[in-house]
Amino acid sequence: MATATHAHPTAKTYWLIAAFLVAVTAIEIGISYVEFLGPAQGVLLVTFGVVKFFTVVAVFMHLRYDVRQYRMLFLFGIVGALVVFAVVLAAMQAF
Amino acid sequence: MAVATDDVFEEHDFESTGDPIHRTRKTAMWIWLGSEAFFFGAMISTFLLYRNSTNDGPGAEIFNIPFTSASSFILLMSSLTMVLADSAFQRRDQRQGRIWLIGTVGLGLTFLAGQIFEFTEFVEEGLTLSTSPFGSSFYMLTGFHGAHVAAGVLMLSLLIAFSLRGRLSADHGMNVELTALYWHFVDIVWIVIFTVVYLLQI
Repeated sequence: MATATHAHPTAKTYWLIAAFLVAVTAIEIGISYVEFLGPAQGVLLVTFGVVKFFTVVAVFMHLRYDVRQYRMLFLFGIVGALVVFAVVLAAMQAF
Repeated sequence: MAVATDDVFEEHDFESTGDPIHRTRKTAMWIWLGSEAFFFGAMISTFLLYRNSTNDGPGAEIFNIPFTSASSFILLMSSLTMVLADSAFQRRDQRQGRIWLIGTVGLGLTFLAGQIFEFTEFVEEGLTLSTSPFGSSFYMLTGFHGAHVAAGVLMLSLLIAFSLRGRLSADHGMNVELTALYWHFVDIVWIVIFTVVYLLQI
């Protein structure tokens, strides 16, 4: 049986990543209350959301350290979700 | 075979990514998570479409952002305890793994309790499943997410029971890893829901 071993982050790294995620969430919440930002508010919130999303996927879900095949499968799901997102909005004439 | 060159990484000696059965199961899990992304993508776009269709009923103004922020914090922390549980089982530290799993279940149940409380508050304020398209799409999206959390709590509880009965040996370590993948997926879906549904005021 092949037993290819691969490395994962240590507990210390996981704690640091969790602290980072909490900090970003706190910033997001703060931004949601700042009204004078205008359209930039939405852009910032989405940007921080994307950062949190991919941080969890890369580190906690180990995609950064796992084989490329899993990255491709998940990417397919994400792109598919965005396509579904666009199709639903287009079908309902939201654009 | 050590891959790490510094203390950032640690070695896991039983996670057999080269084992065809393990690799097939993990591939199947990633395919399923990809299909789940499609599912939630459709639900989120439906919510965005109807977020202003309130039929003169309650809308996004009834959201309690501080409360939901606390719920988000709890779910983020549950991802930390989950990854620590996975890491402990990879090291064959059953006791430590169980402790982190119990912590994850506790956080998951706290999140669910918060969601039930939130739904109860909204219903009292007049927002039900049939009040408006906004209400329908909101409850469907967050309700399905809550159902996924509940399923995750059930799976984690089973893992704890298996571990206590000594049926979560190194050979079954993949079960923890697959459950962890599912749990983190539930977390990232919430990251999107929290940002798009609660914080973004389009």
